[in-house]
Amino acid sequence: MHEIKFKVNGVEQIASVESRLLLVHLIRENLSMTGTHIGCDTSSCGACTVLIDGKSAKACTILAVQANGKDITTVEGLATAEGLHPIQEGFKEAHALQCGFCTPGMMLRAVELLEKNPNPTEEEIRWGISGNLCRCTGYNNIVKAIQYAGAKIRGEEVPSTEPEFV
Amino acid sequence: MIPEGFEYAAPATLNDALALLAEYGEDAKILAGGHSLIPMMKLRFASPTHLVDINNIPGLSYIKEEGGYLHIGAMTKEVELEESRIIRDKYHIFTDASKLIADPQVRNFGTIGGNIAHGDAANDHPAVMIALGAEVEITNSTGSRWVSIDEFFYGFYTTAVQQGEILTALRMPALNGKSGTSYHKLERKVGDYATAGVAVAITMNDDGTCKSAGIGLTNVNPLPLRAKRSEEALVGTRLTDEDILRAAQYAAEDCSPNDDLRGSEAFKRDMVKVITKRMIKKAISRA
Repeated sequence: MHEIKFKVNGVEQIASVESRLLLVHLIRENLSMTGTHIGCDTSSCGACTVLIDGKSAKACTILAVQANGKDITTVEGLATAEGLHPIQEGFKEAHALQCGFCTPGMMLRAVELLEKNPNPTEEEIRWGISGNLCRCTGYNNIVKAIQYAGAKIRGEEVPSTEPEFV
Repeated sequence: MIPEGFEYAAPATLNDALALLAEYGEDAKILAGGHSLIPMMKLRFASPTHLVDINNIPGLSYIKEEGGYLHIGAMTKEVELEESRIIRDKYHIFTDASKLIADPQVRNFGTIGGNIAHGDAANDHPAVMIALGAEVEITNSTGSRWVSIDEFFYGFYTTAVQQGEILTALRMPALNGKSGTSYHKLERKVGDYATAGVAVAITMNDDGTCKSAGIGLTNVNPLPLRAKRSEEALVGTRLTDEDILRAAQYAAEDCSPNDDLRGSEAFKRDMVKVITKRMIKKAISRA
Protein backbone atom coordinates (compact mmCIF):
# COMPACT_ATOMS: atom_id res chain seq x y z
CA MET A 1 0.00 0.00 0.00
CA HIS A 2 1.13 3.56 -0.73
CA GLU A 3 0.28 6.64 1.28
CA ILE A 4 -0.51 9.44 -1.15
CA LYS A 5 -1.27 13.13 -0.67
CA PHE A 6 -3.04 15.09 -3.35
CA LYS A 7 -5.65 17.80 -3.88
CA VAL A 8 -9.07 17.38 -5.42
CA ASN A 9 -10.86 20.61 -6.35
CA GLY A 10 -8.60 22.49 -3.95
CA VAL A 11 -9.19 20.20 -0.97
CA GLU A 12 -6.21 18.26 0.49
CA GLN A 13 -6.72 14.51 0.49
CA ILE A 14 -4.75 11.65 1.95
CA ALA A 15 -5.34 8.08 0.85
CA SER A 16 -3.80 4.68 1.27
CA VAL A 17 -3.89 2.96 -2.12
CA GLU A 18 -2.90 -0.32 -3.68
CA SER A 19 -0.48 0.03 -6.63
CA ARG A 20 -3.03 -1.24 -9.10
CA LEU A 21 -5.88 1.08 -8.07
CA LEU A 22 -6.82 3.34 -11.00
CA LEU A 23 -7.27 7.06 -10.50
CA VAL A 24 -10.89 6.94 -11.67
CA HIS A 25 -11.71 4.40 -8.94
CA LEU A 26 -9.94 6.48 -6.30
CA ILE A 27 -12.13 9.44 -7.27
CA ARG A 28 -15.43 7.59 -7.65
CA GLU A 29 -15.17 4.97 -4.92
CA ASN A 30 -12.78 6.23 -2.24
CA LEU A 31 -13.90 9.87 -2.51
CA SER A 32 -17.51 9.15 -3.60
CA MET A 33 -17.32 11.78 -6.32
CA THR A 34 -19.29 10.14 -9.12
CA GLY A 35 -19.30 13.04 -11.59
CA THR A 36 -16.26 11.45 -13.25
CA HIS A 37 -17.69 8.65 -15.38
CA ILE A 38 -16.35 5.33 -16.60
CA GLY A 39 -17.33 4.71 -20.21
CA CYS A 40 -15.15 2.45 -22.34
CA ASP A 41 -12.51 1.78 -19.67
CA THR A 42 -9.92 1.57 -22.49
CA SER A 43 -8.85 5.25 -22.82
CA SER A 44 -10.93 5.71 -25.97
CA CYS A 45 -14.08 7.58 -24.91
CA GLY A 46 -12.95 10.37 -22.58
CA ALA A 47 -15.88 10.06 -20.13
CA CYS A 48 -13.35 9.75 -17.28
CA THR A 49 -11.48 12.95 -18.20
CA VAL A 50 -10.21 15.01 -15.24
CA LEU A 51 -7.55 17.71 -15.00
CA ILE A 52 -4.22 16.80 -13.39
CA ASP A 53 -2.22 19.96 -12.69
CA GLY A 54 -4.42 21.60 -15.32
CA LYS A 55 -3.80 18.97 -18.01
CA SER A 56 -6.72 16.89 -19.24
CA ALA A 57 -6.18 13.22 -18.50
CA LYS A 58 -8.07 9.95 -18.89
CA ALA A 59 -8.39 8.77 -15.30
CA CYS A 60 -9.04 5.16 -16.35
CA THR A 61 -5.47 4.92 -17.67
CA ILE A 62 -3.59 6.52 -14.79
CA LEU A 63 -2.71 4.85 -11.52
CA ALA A 64 -4.02 6.42 -8.33
CA VAL A 65 -0.49 6.33 -6.92
CA GLN A 66 0.61 8.61 -9.79
CA ALA A 67 -1.66 11.31 -8.34
CA ASN A 68 0.70 11.73 -5.38
CA GLY A 69 1.48 15.45 -5.02
CA LYS A 70 -0.85 16.41 -7.86
CA ASP A 71 -3.73 18.86 -8.08
CA ILE A 72 -6.84 17.26 -9.57
CA THR A 73 -9.95 18.98 -10.87
CA THR A 74 -13.18 17.06 -11.45
CA VAL A 75 -16.54 18.29 -12.71
CA GLU A 76 -17.57 18.88 -9.08
CA GLY A 77 -14.89 21.59 -8.91
CA LEU A 78 -15.99 23.68 -11.89
CA ALA A 79 -18.76 25.80 -10.35
CA THR A 80 -17.88 28.32 -7.64
CA ALA A 81 -19.92 30.23 -5.06
CA GLU A 82 -20.40 32.92 -7.75
CA GLY A 83 -22.10 30.50 -10.08
CA LEU A 84 -21.49 28.15 -12.98
CA HIS A 85 -18.17 27.96 -14.81
CA PRO A 86 -18.46 29.51 -18.32
CA ILE A 87 -18.21 26.04 -19.89
CA GLN A 88 -21.13 24.81 -17.74
CA GLU A 89 -23.12 27.87 -18.71
CA GLY A 90 -22.27 27.20 -22.36
CA PHE A 91 -23.47 23.60 -22.16
CA LYS A 92 -26.71 24.78 -20.55
CA GLU A 93 -27.35 27.59 -23.02
CA ALA A 94 -26.46 25.60 -26.14
CA HIS A 95 -28.27 22.46 -25.00
CA ALA A 96 -25.00 20.59 -25.43
CA LEU A 97 -26.13 17.41 -23.72
CA GLN A 98 -28.75 14.80 -24.27
CA CYS A 99 -28.08 11.80 -22.01
CA GLY A 100 -25.30 13.69 -20.23
CA PHE A 101 -22.92 10.78 -19.82
CA CYS A 102 -20.05 12.34 -21.78
CA THR A 103 -20.69 15.85 -20.41
CA PRO A 104 -18.28 15.99 -17.42
CA GLY A 105 -15.38 14.72 -19.54
CA MET A 106 -16.28 17.01 -22.46
CA MET A 107 -16.37 20.04 -20.16
CA LEU A 108 -13.04 19.32 -18.48
CA ARG A 109 -11.38 18.71 -21.85
CA ALA A 110 -12.87 22.01 -23.08
CA VAL A 111 -11.52 23.84 -20.02
CA GLU A 112 -7.93 22.92 -20.94
CA LEU A 113 -8.55 23.61 -24.64
CA LEU A 114 -9.81 27.15 -23.87
CA GLU A 115 -7.04 27.70 -21.34
CA LYS A 116 -4.46 27.14 -24.10
CA ASN A 117 -6.45 28.73 -26.91
CA PRO A 118 -9.29 31.01 -25.78
CA ASN A 119 -10.39 31.69 -29.37
CA PRO A 120 -10.33 28.35 -31.19
CA THR A 121 -11.71 27.85 -34.68
CA GLU A 122 -14.45 25.27 -35.17
CA GLU A 123 -11.84 22.88 -36.60
CA GLU A 124 -9.57 23.39 -33.58
CA ILE A 125 -12.50 22.66 -31.27
CA ARG A 126 -13.37 19.47 -33.14
CA TRP A 127 -9.73 18.28 -33.07
CA GLY A 128 -9.54 19.41 -29.45
CA ILE A 129 -12.41 17.16 -28.36
CA SER A 130 -11.41 14.27 -30.62
CA GLY A 131 -10.62 12.13 -27.57
CA ASN A 132 -14.17 12.48 -26.20
CA LEU A 133 -17.04 10.50 -27.65
CA CYS A 134 -20.70 11.56 -27.47
CA ARG A 135 -22.82 8.56 -28.42
CA CYS A 136 -25.92 10.73 -28.64
CA THR A 137 -23.82 12.38 -31.42
CA GLY A 138 -24.65 15.84 -30.17
CA TYR A 139 -21.37 17.33 -31.32
CA ASN A 140 -22.77 20.42 -33.05
CA ASN A 141 -24.22 21.81 -29.85
CA ILE A 142 -21.09 20.83 -27.91
CA VAL A 143 -19.01 22.89 -30.35
CA LYS A 144 -21.41 25.81 -29.83
CA ALA A 145 -21.16 25.45 -26.06
CA ILE A 146 -17.36 25.68 -26.26
CA GLN A 147 -17.61 28.73 -28.54
CA TYR A 148 -20.00 30.29 -26.01
CA ALA A 149 -17.61 29.61 -23.14
CA GLY A 150 -14.68 30.97 -25.17
CA ALA A 151 -16.51 34.25 -25.79
CA LYS A 152 -17.48 34.48 -22.14
CA ILE A 153 -13.87 33.86 -21.00
CA ARG A 154 -12.58 36.46 -23.49
CA GLY A 155 -15.08 38.95 -22.04
CA GLU A 156 -16.93 39.28 -25.35
CA GLU A 157 -20.61 39.22 -26.04
CA VAL A 158 -21.73 35.60 -26.05
CA PRO A 159 -23.00 34.25 -29.37
CA SER A 160 -26.70 33.60 -29.67
CA THR A 161 -27.17 29.93 -28.96
CA GLU A 162 -30.08 28.57 -30.89
CA PRO A 163 -29.70 24.90 -30.09
CA GLU A 164 -29.97 22.55 -33.02
CA PHE A 165 -32.53 19.79 -32.73
CA VAL A 166 -31.96 17.38 -35.54
CA MET B 1 -10.81 -3.72 -15.67
CA ILE B 2 -8.05 -3.73 -13.07
CA PRO B 3 -4.44 -4.83 -13.60
CA GLU B 4 -3.00 -7.79 -11.73
CA GLY B 5 -1.18 -6.81 -8.57
CA PHE B 6 2.33 -5.37 -8.85
CA GLU B 7 4.85 -3.41 -6.80
CA TYR B 8 5.28 0.27 -7.70
CA ALA B 9 8.33 2.48 -7.21
CA ALA B 10 8.99 6.04 -8.38
CA PRO B 11 12.74 6.67 -8.06
CA ALA B 12 14.04 10.25 -8.14
CA THR B 13 17.25 9.59 -10.08
CA LEU B 14 18.27 7.62 -13.15
CA ASN B 15 20.81 5.63 -11.11
CA ASP B 16 18.13 4.58 -8.63
CA ALA B 17 15.85 3.55 -11.49
CA LEU B 18 18.62 1.46 -13.08
CA ALA B 19 19.38 -0.17 -9.72
CA LEU B 20 15.71 -1.07 -9.23
CA LEU B 21 15.47 -2.53 -12.74
CA ALA B 22 18.56 -4.64 -12.05
CA GLU B 23 17.13 -5.80 -8.74
CA TYR B 24 13.67 -6.70 -10.05
CA GLY B 25 14.85 -8.53 -13.16
CA GLU B 26 12.96 -9.40 -16.28
CA ASP B 27 9.42 -9.07 -14.91
CA ALA B 28 9.86 -5.36 -14.18
CA LYS B 29 8.54 -2.76 -16.63
CA ILE B 30 9.30 0.94 -16.97
CA LEU B 31 6.32 3.28 -16.60
CA ALA B 32 6.71 6.37 -18.82
CA GLY B 33 3.45 7.86 -20.15
CA GLY B 34 1.76 4.54 -19.46
CA HIS B 35 -0.82 4.90 -22.20
CA SER B 36 0.27 1.72 -23.98
CA LEU B 37 1.37 -0.21 -20.90
CA ILE B 38 -1.55 0.42 -18.52
CA PRO B 39 -4.22 -0.59 -21.09
CA MET B 40 -2.21 -3.78 -21.74
CA MET B 41 -2.04 -4.44 -17.99
CA LYS B 42 -5.78 -3.86 -17.60
CA LEU B 43 -6.44 -6.38 -20.39
CA ARG B 44 -3.91 -8.72 -18.69
CA PHE B 45 -1.81 -8.85 -21.87
CA ALA B 46 1.02 -7.67 -19.62
CA SER B 47 1.45 -8.56 -15.95
CA PRO B 48 4.73 -7.10 -14.70
CA THR B 49 5.62 -7.85 -11.10
CA HIS B 50 7.17 -4.40 -10.66
CA LEU B 51 6.62 -1.00 -12.25
CA VAL B 52 9.45 1.51 -12.15
CA ASP B 53 7.87 4.94 -12.75
CA ILE B 54 10.48 7.25 -14.31
CA ASN B 55 8.27 10.36 -14.34
CA ASN B 56 9.94 11.84 -11.25
CA ILE B 57 13.44 11.73 -12.73
CA PRO B 58 14.51 15.24 -13.77
CA GLY B 59 16.38 16.00 -16.99
CA LEU B 60 14.75 13.50 -19.34
CA SER B 61 12.46 15.99 -21.10
CA TYR B 62 13.91 18.52 -23.59
CA ILE B 63 13.97 19.52 -27.25
CA LYS B 64 17.12 21.32 -28.42
CA GLU B 65 19.44 21.76 -31.40
CA GLU B 66 23.08 21.40 -30.42
CA GLY B 67 26.29 20.26 -32.10
CA GLY B 68 24.60 19.54 -35.41
CA TYR B 69 21.85 17.38 -33.89
CA LEU B 70 18.28 17.77 -32.79
CA HIS B 71 18.17 16.20 -29.31
CA ILE B 72 14.91 15.02 -27.79
CA GLY B 73 14.70 13.67 -24.24
CA ALA B 74 12.95 10.31 -23.91
CA MET B 75 10.30 11.65 -21.52
CA THR B 76 9.31 14.52 -23.82
CA LYS B 77 5.55 14.33 -24.14
CA GLU B 78 3.70 14.40 -27.45
CA VAL B 79 2.03 17.66 -26.40
CA GLU B 80 5.45 19.22 -25.87
CA LEU B 81 6.47 18.23 -29.40
CA GLU B 82 3.21 19.72 -30.69
CA GLU B 83 3.78 23.02 -28.92
CA SER B 84 7.57 23.37 -29.32
CA ARG B 85 8.62 26.47 -31.28
CA ILE B 86 11.64 24.80 -32.92
CA ILE B 87 9.53 21.81 -33.98
CA ARG B 88 6.78 24.02 -35.40
CA ASP B 89 9.27 26.19 -37.30
CA LYS B 90 11.57 23.53 -38.67
CA TYR B 91 10.66 19.89 -38.00
CA HIS B 92 7.19 19.71 -39.51
CA ILE B 93 7.28 15.92 -39.54
CA PHE B 94 6.68 15.88 -35.75
CA THR B 95 3.82 18.36 -36.00
CA ASP B 96 2.23 16.14 -38.66
CA ALA B 97 2.75 12.99 -36.56
CA SER B 98 1.82 14.34 -33.13
CA LYS B 99 -1.54 15.59 -34.34
CA LEU B 100 -2.39 12.06 -35.48
CA ILE B 101 -1.14 10.17 -32.42
CA ALA B 102 -4.04 9.06 -30.21
CA ASP B 103 -5.97 12.07 -28.85
CA PRO B 104 -5.24 15.24 -26.84
CA GLN B 105 -5.57 13.62 -23.40
CA VAL B 106 -3.28 10.74 -24.34
CA ARG B 107 -0.77 13.20 -25.87
CA ASN B 108 -0.64 15.00 -22.51
CA PHE B 109 1.00 11.84 -21.10
CA GLY B 110 2.42 9.75 -23.94
CA THR B 111 6.18 10.18 -24.45
CA ILE B 112 8.33 9.90 -27.57
CA GLY B 113 10.69 7.49 -25.78
CA GLY B 114 7.82 5.24 -24.78
CA ASN B 115 6.38 5.30 -28.28
CA ILE B 116 9.70 3.96 -29.63
CA ALA B 117 10.73 1.66 -26.75
CA HIS B 118 7.35 -0.10 -26.94
CA GLY B 119 8.71 -1.78 -30.08
CA ASP B 120 5.42 -1.76 -31.98
CA ALA B 121 5.56 -1.26 -35.77
CA ALA B 122 2.07 0.25 -35.50
CA ASN B 123 3.39 3.23 -33.52
CA ASP B 124 4.17 6.39 -35.47
CA HIS B 125 7.51 7.67 -34.18
CA PRO B 126 9.58 4.70 -35.40
CA ALA B 127 8.92 5.63 -39.05
CA VAL B 128 9.62 9.29 -38.27
CA MET B 129 12.95 8.31 -36.69
CA ILE B 130 13.83 6.18 -39.73
CA ALA B 131 13.13 9.09 -42.10
CA LEU B 132 15.29 11.43 -40.01
CA GLY B 133 18.13 8.91 -39.56
CA ALA B 134 17.91 9.02 -35.76
CA GLU B 135 19.98 7.33 -33.09
CA VAL B 136 18.66 6.08 -29.78
CA GLU B 137 20.52 6.55 -26.49
CA ILE B 138 20.31 3.51 -24.23
CA THR B 139 21.58 3.83 -20.65
CA ASN B 140 22.54 1.10 -18.20
CA SER B 141 24.49 1.02 -14.94
CA THR B 142 27.84 1.13 -16.77
CA GLY B 143 27.05 4.03 -19.09
CA SER B 144 25.29 4.98 -22.30
CA ARG B 145 25.52 3.96 -25.93
CA TRP B 146 23.99 5.22 -29.17
CA VAL B 147 22.18 2.73 -31.41
CA SER B 148 21.12 3.50 -34.98
CA ILE B 149 17.35 3.35 -35.45
CA ASP B 150 18.02 0.80 -38.23
CA GLU B 151 19.45 -1.60 -35.64
CA PHE B 152 17.01 -0.77 -32.85
CA PHE B 153 13.92 -2.91 -33.57
CA TYR B 154 14.38 -6.66 -33.09
CA GLY B 155 10.82 -7.95 -33.33
CA PHE B 156 7.30 -7.51 -31.97
CA TYR B 157 7.71 -5.63 -28.66
CA THR B 158 11.46 -6.37 -28.59
CA THR B 159 14.18 -3.79 -29.15
CA ALA B 160 17.86 -3.13 -28.46
CA VAL B 161 16.86 -1.97 -24.95
CA GLN B 162 17.84 -4.94 -22.79
CA GLN B 163 16.89 -5.93 -19.28
CA GLY B 164 18.15 -3.34 -16.79
CA GLU B 165 18.38 -0.59 -19.42
CA ILE B 166 16.42 2.60 -20.13
CA LEU B 167 15.94 4.48 -23.40
CA THR B 168 17.06 7.97 -22.34
CA ALA B 169 17.31 10.16 -25.46
CA LEU B 170 17.05 10.47 -29.23
CA ARG B 171 19.20 12.47 -31.59
CA MET B 172 18.99 13.10 -35.31
CA PRO B 173 21.03 15.22 -37.70
CA ALA B 174 19.74 18.80 -37.53
CA LEU B 175 17.94 19.83 -40.72
CA ASN B 176 19.98 22.32 -42.68
CA GLY B 177 19.79 23.95 -46.06
CA LYS B 178 17.01 22.99 -48.43
CA SER B 179 15.29 20.30 -46.37
CA GLY B 180 11.67 19.33 -45.93
CA THR B 181 9.90 16.65 -43.91
CA SER B 182 6.38 15.25 -43.69
CA TYR B 183 4.30 12.46 -42.15
CA HIS B 184 0.82 11.17 -42.70
CA LYS B 185 -1.08 8.11 -41.65
CA LEU B 186 -4.41 6.89 -42.87
CA GLU B 187 -6.51 6.11 -39.79
CA ARG B 188 -10.12 4.97 -39.62
CA LYS B 189 -10.83 7.24 -36.68
CA VAL B 190 -8.98 9.26 -34.05
CA GLY B 191 -7.00 6.97 -31.76
CA ASP B 192 -6.72 4.10 -34.22
CA TYR B 193 -3.45 2.60 -35.36
CA ALA B 194 -2.40 3.44 -38.90
CA THR B 195 -3.92 1.56 -41.81
CA ALA B 196 -0.70 2.76 -43.43
CA GLY B 197 1.66 5.61 -42.54
CA VAL B 198 4.61 7.21 -44.33
CA ALA B 199 7.37 9.51 -43.02
CA VAL B 200 9.57 11.41 -45.47
CA ALA B 201 12.65 13.64 -45.14
CA ILE B 202 14.19 15.17 -48.27
CA THR B 203 17.29 17.36 -48.62
CA MET B 204 18.01 19.01 -51.95
CA ASN B 205 21.15 20.38 -53.56
CA ASP B 206 21.28 24.01 -54.73
CA ASP B 207 20.65 22.86 -58.30
CA GLY B 208 17.34 21.29 -57.27
CA THR B 209 18.48 17.68 -57.38
CA CYS B 210 17.84 15.36 -54.44
CA LYS B 211 20.83 15.15 -52.08
CA SER B 212 19.38 12.70 -49.59
CA ALA B 213 16.06 11.01 -48.85
CA GLY B 214 14.73 9.17 -45.79
CA ILE B 215 11.46 7.23 -45.98
CA GLY B 216 9.95 5.22 -43.10
CA LEU B 217 6.73 3.18 -43.15
CA THR B 218 4.25 2.61 -40.27
CA ASN B 219 2.23 -0.56 -39.66
CA VAL B 220 2.70 -2.22 -43.04
CA ASN B 221 5.54 -4.55 -42.06
CA PRO B 222 6.42 -6.78 -39.08
CA LEU B 223 9.09 -4.20 -38.12
CA PRO B 224 9.11 -0.46 -38.80
CA LEU B 225 10.45 -0.37 -42.35
CA ARG B 226 12.99 1.80 -44.13
CA ALA B 227 11.89 2.04 -47.77
CA LYS B 228 15.47 1.75 -48.99
CA ARG B 229 14.82 1.21 -52.69
CA SER B 230 12.49 4.26 -52.69
CA GLU B 231 15.17 6.43 -51.07
CA GLU B 232 17.79 5.30 -53.58
CA ALA B 233 15.37 5.94 -56.43
CA LEU B 234 15.16 9.61 -55.43
CA VAL B 235 18.77 10.52 -54.65
CA GLY B 236 20.44 12.36 -57.55
CA THR B 237 17.20 12.86 -59.49
CA ARG B 238 15.42 16.15 -60.18
CA LEU B 239 12.41 14.80 -58.24
CA THR B 240 10.12 14.81 -61.24
CA ASP B 241 6.64 13.29 -61.00
CA GLU B 242 8.05 10.20 -62.67
CA ASP B 243 10.87 9.88 -60.10
CA ILE B 244 8.39 10.29 -57.24
CA LEU B 245 5.97 7.77 -58.68
CA ARG B 246 8.77 5.21 -59.05
CA ALA B 247 9.81 5.69 -55.41
CA ALA B 248 6.17 5.35 -54.27
CA GLN B 249 5.77 2.17 -56.32
CA TYR B 250 8.90 0.64 -54.72
CA ALA B 251 7.58 1.42 -51.21
CA ALA B 252 4.29 -0.35 -52.04
CA GLU B 253 6.23 -3.37 -53.36
CA ASP B 254 8.80 -3.60 -50.56
CA CYS B 255 6.51 -3.48 -47.51
CA SER B 256 4.69 -6.52 -46.21
CA PRO B 257 1.25 -5.62 -44.84
CA ASN B 258 -1.29 -8.10 -43.44
CA ASP B 259 -4.93 -8.45 -44.34
CA ASP B 260 -6.81 -7.32 -41.26
CA LEU B 261 -9.82 -5.31 -40.14
CA ARG B 262 -8.16 -2.14 -41.45
CA GLY B 263 -8.04 -3.43 -45.01
CA SER B 264 -6.69 -6.01 -47.40
CA GLU B 265 -3.02 -6.37 -48.24
CA ALA B 266 -3.66 -4.96 -51.72
CA PHE B 267 -5.52 -1.95 -50.34
CA LYS B 268 -2.70 -1.19 -47.91
CA ARG B 269 -0.08 -1.41 -50.66
CA ASP B 270 -2.15 1.04 -52.70
CA MET B 271 -2.36 3.37 -49.73
CA VAL B 272 1.41 3.16 -49.14
CA LYS B 273 1.90 4.18 -52.76
CA VAL B 274 -0.54 7.10 -52.57
CA ILE B 275 0.70 8.42 -49.23
CA THR B 276 4.37 8.03 -50.18
CA LYS B 277 3.78 10.04 -53.34
CA ARG B 278 1.92 12.76 -51.43
CA MET B 279 4.42 12.94 -48.58
CA ILE B 280 7.41 13.23 -50.92
CA LYS B 281 5.67 16.13 -52.65
CA LYS B 282 4.78 17.73 -49.33
CA ALA B 283 8.36 17.40 -48.06
CA ILE B 284 9.68 18.99 -51.28
CA SER B 285 7.19 21.85 -50.98
CA ARG B 286 8.47 22.54 -47.46
CA ALA B 287 12.16 22.44 -48.43
